[in-house]
Amino acid sequence: MEKELLFITVIGEDRKGIVAKISDLLYRFDVNIEDISQKIMGAYFVMTMLVDMKDSPRPLEELRAGLEKIGTELGMQIQIQHENIFKMMHRI
Amino acid sequence: MSFTVDEVFETAGMILYHNLNIRTTTLGINLKDCVASDFDAFTGNVYHAIRDDAVRLVAEAKKLEVKYGIPIVNKRIAVTPVSLVMETHAAVDRYVALAKVLDRAARDAGVDFIGGFGALVQKGMTRAAEVLIEALPEVFRETERVCGFLNVGTNTAGMNLDAVNLLGPMLKKTAAATRNAVGCAKFVAFVNAPEDNPFMAGAFHGVGEPDRSLNIGISGPGVVRSVVEQNTDCDLTALSEVIKRTVFKITRGGELIGRELAKNLAVPFGIVDISLAPTTAEGDSIADIIEAFGVGPAGTHGTTMAVALLMDAVKKGGAMASGNIGGLSGTFIPISEDRGMIEAVKRGSLSLDKLEALTAVCSVGLDMFAVPGDVPEETINAIIADELAIGVINNKTAAVRIIPVPGKKVGDSVDFGGLLGEAPIMRVNPFPSGAFLKRGGRMPAPITSLRN
Repeated sequence: MEKELLFITVIGEDRKGIVAKISDLLYRFDVNIEDISQKIMGAYFVMTMLVDMKDSPRPLEELRAGLEKIGTELGMQIQIQHENIFKMMHRI
Repeated sequence: MSFTVDEVFETAGMILYHNLNIRTTTLGINLKDCVASDFDAFTGNVYHAIRDDAVRLVAEAKKLEVKYGIPIVNKRIAVTPVSLVMETHAAVDRYVALAKVLDRAARDAGVDFIGGFGALVQKGMTRAAEVLIEALPEVFRETERVCGFLNVGTNTAGMNLDAVNLLGPMLKKTAAATRNAVGCAKFVAFVNAPEDNPFMAGAFHGVGEPDRSLNIGISGPGVVRSVVEQNTDCDLTALSEVIKRTVFKITRGGELIGRELAKNLAVPFGIVDISLAPTTAEGDSIADIIEAFGVGPAGTHGTTMAVALLMDAVKKGGAMASGNIGGLSGTFIPISEDRGMIEAVKRGSLSLDKLEALTAVCSVGLDMFAVPGDVPEETINAIIADELAIGVINNKTAAVRIIPVPGKKVGDSVDFGGLLGEAPIMRVNPFPSGAFLKRGGRMPAPITSLRN
C-alpha cells in the first residue's frame, strides 16, 4: 500500500515535551514518524515531522483536532498538511 | 527528508501568519438544460440543479481544507446569465420568483453568494434583458445571496450607452430598497466580462462553458506584502523578481486544490484566478503592499506605477505556475474591503480620480466604493461610462461597483458588515456631466478590434 505522507509543522518557543506529546498522539492514531527536523528561524523554533498515515484507522480531521489541542496546551502553532502541497509549491 | 525545514515553514507560515487562503471556489452551473415552458417546472429544475451540486461543493471543499490545512474561504455558485434562460418568462414578477429560488437553493446548500443574475447587452438589449434590469431593485430587496451583473460593452462591440443609462436609475432604486444600499454591492457593471471569473459579485457561467466547471481564486496580499517588507533595499527589478517567485508558489498551491476539487466533484477544472484580493483582515491589504514599496500613503503620486509593477510581477509569476490562468486575474481595489484603502480615503490620499487611473494599469475596476446618496443618476452613469471606456479602449476587463448611500455625505461612513466591510463616502466631481450620455446609442468599437 502506498504511503500517505503529511508534514506536521510545530512553531513557537522551544520547550520540553513537544516531541513526547506529539509522538504519543501519533502512536494512538497508528501514524508512523518517518523523519524529524528542527531549526531556529529568526524568532521561531520550527520543528517539522514527516509522518505516514496509511495505517491509521481514524480520519485526518481527528488527528488535526488532536494536534490543535496539543498546540493550545503548549502555546505553539501546529499545522498538518498533505505533502502534495509542498511538492507543488517547492518542486517543479 | 524530501523538503527542508525552511520550505515547509514557508508554506505553513504563509497560511498561519499571512492570510494565504483559497479565496473562492466557484462551481459554474449551466441552467440552459433547466428551461421549461411551465415556469414552476423550470424553477424546480433550477433549484435541484443548484442545490444538489452546491451541497457537494461545500462538502468536498471542506475535505480539502482538512487535507491541506489551507482555508477555503468561500464556496460559491455561478449560473448561466439568467436573462438567457428567462426569454420566454420575461416578466418582473417571474424574475423575482426565480431570484428567490436561487437564494433558497444557495441558502439550503450553505453557499453565501450565487452569481449570474444578469445579461450580456454589449451590442443591444433583448426584451428579457430590459425586463431583468427593471426587476433588479426588487430582486436585491427580496434576496440575500443573489448577485447580478450586466456586461455593457466589449472591445469588439463597443459600449451600449442605452444600457448604461439604465444603471443610474436602477442603482438609486436598489439603494433605496436595501439596508445601507447594500444591494448595490451585489451588482457589477462590466465591459469585457470574463465568462469564467470565480469572484463575486460578477461571477457567471458563460455561454461557452460546459455543463459544469470549477474555477478557483487564490489570494495572498498578506504574503506579497510580507516578502516586499523583507526586501526593502533591493531595486525594483529585483523586487519584481521576488514577487514573481512568491506568486509562482501561491498559484501552484491554488492549481493543486482546484484540480483535486474538480476531480473529486467529477467536473471539468476551469481556471485559476490569480487576482490579488484584499480583505479587511490586518495586513491583507493592497494599500499596505503599495506602502511597503516605499510609495508613501496609498493614492499619492507613484501609486499607479507601483500597482503596474505589482500586477505585472503577479501575472508573470502566475503564468509560469499554471497553464490555466483566467478569470479577472488583476488587482482588486475594493475600497470597503481593504483596510489600508479605507484609511487612504479617510486621510485624503486616495481620490476617485486616482482610483480610476489605477484601473488603466491592471486593477480590475472601481470597486465597492460609496458615494453620497444625492449624486445625480446622470453622474453615476458618467462615472460608470468613464471607467468602462478604459476597458473597451485598452482591451481589458473593467468593472464598476458603485454604492450611492441615501442620506450620507462625504465624511460619513457606511458599514456593510462581514466580508463587504466599511465604506467611507467618497467625493464625486460636483460639476454636471451634462447631456452627453443622454444622447445614447453605442460607443463604436475601437480600431484595435479590427484585427482580422
